[in-house]
Parts: sequence; structure tokens; C-alpha cells
Amino acid sequence: MGSFPETVPFPAKESTRVEYGKVLAELGEEHPEIVVLDADLSGSTQTARFAKVFQDRFFNVGIAEQDMMGTAAGLALGGMVPFASTFAIFATGRAWEQIRQTIAYGNLNVKIVASHGGITVGEDGGSHQAIEDLALMRVLPNMAVMVPADGPETRAMVRWAVTYEGPVYIRTSRIPFPVIHDNGYAFELGRGHILREGDDVTLVGLGIMVHQCLAAADLLAKQGISARVLNISCLKPLDWELLVDSARRTGCLVTAEEHVATGGLGSAVSEVLSEFCPTPLRRIGIRDTFGLSGKPDDLLKHFGLTPEDISKAALAVISKKTRP
Amino acid sequence: MRDPNQLKEIAREIRLDIVEMLYQAGSGHVGGSLSATDALVALFFGHMHLEPGNACYPDRDFFVLSKGHAAPALYAILARLDFFPREELYTLRQFGSNLQGHPDSKCTPGVEVPTGSLGQGLSVANGLALALKLKNSRQRVYALLGDGEIQEGQIWEAAMTASHYSLDNLTAILDRNRLQIDGHTKEVMSVEPLAAKWEAFGWHTTEVDGHSIPDVLDALQACGSVKGSPSIIIAHTTKGKGVSIFEDQVKFHGVTPTTEEYHQAVKELQSA
Repeated sequence: MGSFPETVPFPAKESTRVEYGKVLAELGEEHPEIVVLDADLSGSTQTARFAKVFQDRFFNVGIAEQDMMGTAAGLALGGMVPFASTFAIFATGRAWEQIRQTIAYGNLNVKIVASHGGITVGEDGGSHQAIEDLALMRVLPNMAVMVPADGPETRAMVRWAVTYEGPVYIRTSRIPFPVIHDNGYAFELGRGHILREGDDVTLVGLGIMVHQCLAAADLLAKQGISARVLNISCLKPLDWELLVDSARRTGCLVTAEEHVATGGLGSAVSEVLSEFCPTPLRRIGIRDTFGLSGKPDDLLKHFGLTPEDISKAALAVISKKTRP
Repeated sequence: MRDPNQLKEIAREIRLDIVEMLYQAGSGHVGGSLSATDALVALFFGHMHLEPGNACYPDRDFFVLSKGHAAPALYAILARLDFFPREELYTLRQFGSNLQGHPDSKCTPGVEVPTGSLGQGLSVANGLALALKLKNSRQRVYALLGDGEIQEGQIWEAAMTASHYSLDNLTAILDRNRLQIDGHTKEVMSVEPLAAKWEAFGWHTTEVDGHSIPDVLDALQACGSVKGSPSIIIAHTTKGKGVSIFEDQVKFHGVTPTTEEYHQAVKELQSA
């Protein structure tokens, strides 16, 4: 993996957007068909790393996200593998209909990798915090939707995306996350992972919330409760087999996402379980409100996205269990 | 390059196809299909590098119907290029048809890009043109825009991009038929001065009578030799062209003819 060390000293932190930028620059060397588009945020999205090396395959379209998505679609039709990046709110909000009408409708081979997902964007405030992007992308036919939980998963996901023929949405984050996967980690479409085994409750997370779930499992362990923790980094297609298995095994679940509590992970898991294995469930997410300026940690507290919030929800949902 | 008289005859037959398809479908956009017919016939049969019978011919030029509601005109042309059987034309808009109400590249051979939501095709054409440049290909990209369509802001984002990246392998045709669903463009939302706008955005801009096939052919030829900037041909047209009762009528944007109107249209086109 290029310049990355084989083993990462714990508790190393890596930013998913930085790792995207790095792996993209590596892939540029290996895949001459990769082109990259940005809408004047290449420093923030980290596509500048690719742009520096592959100037003729990088297209800045200026502050024009709708045009960027259409241009990416055309490049895909012309046989290239385009990666289009901007902030998640502009990618999925400003250009939703362009993604819908051309990329998803046409089932075109465009990779949308959007940075600055969720409220941990922090100081820029609610206007720049995408808390609806997963819902907006998940409803689109043909679109695969994913959120990496750390650096190795980001690199694996982006490498996988190049080999996959079809539209993909990947959300990265502004702030770094702890590294929990090793460099040999391979991403598989539609596959969730058990990060920790447990019998009393299942904690289901993606992105930063995977780490909050792991910390919540520690808190619960202190109270004698064993929690299974899942990383559902691939939100669509969803690993419903793993979810149903977890529901059967633990009898209750908590979902946790840095996103509104409607339309994203909590909704997706509820949809599957209510059809295939009705099970008590609690959703941790932002409750019908917009983001705010502040430090990421303060915002996680304010919006109820901490390990304490998750463990509290776990205790509540365990009391609703209908199966032992 | 085909004989202009021969192209004129093709255009007449395409118009007959359009009227027949829309009459049988019972819905669809007649006015904007007929206004664009002559320019499209000139482009497809007199200019573009294509291989009849093989929609996937690797060295083909690309076409993007940004004004996707003119799908009937495009479908009639693609059938005539033997990209799919002619009988399919009369399945337009029906359940199970390969000919969707607006162009769908997943269904219809020869449709390169899904369109229908206005204002988006020029960006896609830009992307195609960029890809061809990266491959040092001599293939070209053509796009048909509507004059109402350019009220969409994305068109002007794309206009900047094409110019910024010197996409001289791209020629757009603007079907200036002066009408949109709600009325005259000058009443709904003024788009003039048109040529000055495109020139100001860095485009090689030319204006032609969009119903004169020789003039359109000349303009396409001239645009092909422009270096360093994209080209646009503003084709001055009449909405509903070729059928007197449809011509310049706001109503016939998206209303299909009654049985009586249909018979009159066929009669006029047969004797034209």
C-alpha cells in the first residue's frame, strides 16, 4: 500500500478524506482511465493530491456541482472512470437531480466521493453539514452507498470502486477517526462486518459512529452486558443476512448514524427487520433538526451521538426484548 | 455528404413518422420534434460519422439530445439508421416499449445519454468531449439544445466549462423555435440576445435558417474546423414546422393531434 506502514500503531488516527486523496493519487498511476473532477474544493476533498500529479486528468469545473455531475457522466460514457468530489451537502443536495437523471438513471460508471459528511464538519455550521446525504443517495436505484469507518477501509473501498462497474456514493469525513482495520482489509459490496461479538444487544454503526458503538460496548461491558458491534459501511446494498442473524441472536438492536434519524441507516435496518425479523430497535441519529457551529465533540454531545447515548438506548431496548 | 434534395425528402419522411408515432401514442411533443427535424436530418444523414445498423460502432460521433422531449424526432432518425426495427416506432410511450417517453440509453440503441430533465445534456456532452480529447480521438460530440431549455442555469455552467477546456470537438445546435410550454420565450423568460450571450461565453457562434438543410450543413462543416473553442449553431426554426395547423402554435408543444388534425397533417406532409 504505497507509503503506508504495514502496521499502524494504536491508537493511530486517519482521516477518511485524506486517505481518499492519497489512494486516488496511487490509483492514478495504476489506472490511466481514472479522471477526477472537483468543484473548487480540491484542497478540502483532497483531490488536489491527484491533480498535482495527473494535471491532464483532473478537471476543476469551478463552483458548479450540477455541471460537475453531468461532466462526470459524459466522461464515463467516453470510457473513463470518473471520481467526482465536493462537500457531501453540495454533491447530494445541489446536484441530486443531475445524479438521479443521468448517473443513476443511466446506470453510469461514476464514483461520487463526497467529503465533509455529518455534523463533525464542525465550525462551518449547519449549512455545510450534510445530514441527509445518505437518505438522498439511498433512494436512488442503481446507486451503491457507503461510509468508511477508518483509513484502511477508505483505501479498500476506493480501490474496490475502481473495479466495480456502476454508480457509487462514498461519504468521507472532515475529522480523523481511530484506525480499527489493518491494511489487508478488503471491502466487499453488500457485506457488513462483526467488529465485536456479544449476545445481549447489537449496536449497528457506520462511519464515525462505528467508533462510538465500540466505546458504547465497553461501557455496557462494565455493566455486565455484552454487545455485538456491526460496521455496516455498505449502506446499500445492505447486508440483511447479517442484520437478521444479529436480530435473532441478540433480540434487540441500536442503530447509530451521523445523519438524520430518518432515511439513513436506522431506516434501512428497520425496513429489513420489520419485514424479515421484527425486533425491538432504537435509532440514534439527529432528530428532525439541522446542524450547528461548534467543535465536533460538543456537537456529538449536543445531538445525542455519544457512546453514553448509545449505551443508554441499548439499556432501554434490552428491556423491550421479547426473546431471551 | 448527401444531396440536399435527398436530405429534404428524408426530413419529410421523418416528419410523417413523428406525426404517426405521436398520433398512435396519444401523447408526446410534436412541436419541438418538428422544429428540430431539418437540423437533425442534416446532422445525422449529412454530417455525423456513423455506421448504419451498428449503434455501437466504436469510431462514431456522439449525439446528446439535451432537449429530450424531441425524442420522437430522434427515434425516427435512429430507426432509419437501422439501429432498431422501424415497427418499434409505433410502440412509443407504451408499456414494454424500448422507446420511452424521453430518451433512455438503457433501452434504445443509438441513444447515448438519458435526457428529459432540461438543462443537463450539455454538461454530459462536455464530458464526452473531454474523454475524446484525452484519447486523442477525432470523433466529435453534437448536442441539440432547446431555446426554452437554456433558461436552466446548468446550461451556463456547462457553457463556461466547454469554453474553459477549449472543447473544439463539440458543436451544439440551438433549436430557436421561440416557443415553450407556457408561451413565447420572450414573454415567459427572455433569452435574447442569444448570439451575444454565447459569444460572451467564448463560443464560436453562428446563426442559420434551421429549416435550410444546405445552410445547416455548411454551418456544421465550418464548426468542424474551428480550433480552440466550442461551437454553437443557433438554428432559427418554426415550432411545428411542416404542418400548417401546428406551426408556431404554443398549444402543440405537448398536445397530440386529434384524428382530424392527424389526417390533415398526413395529407400535407404527403403532398409536400
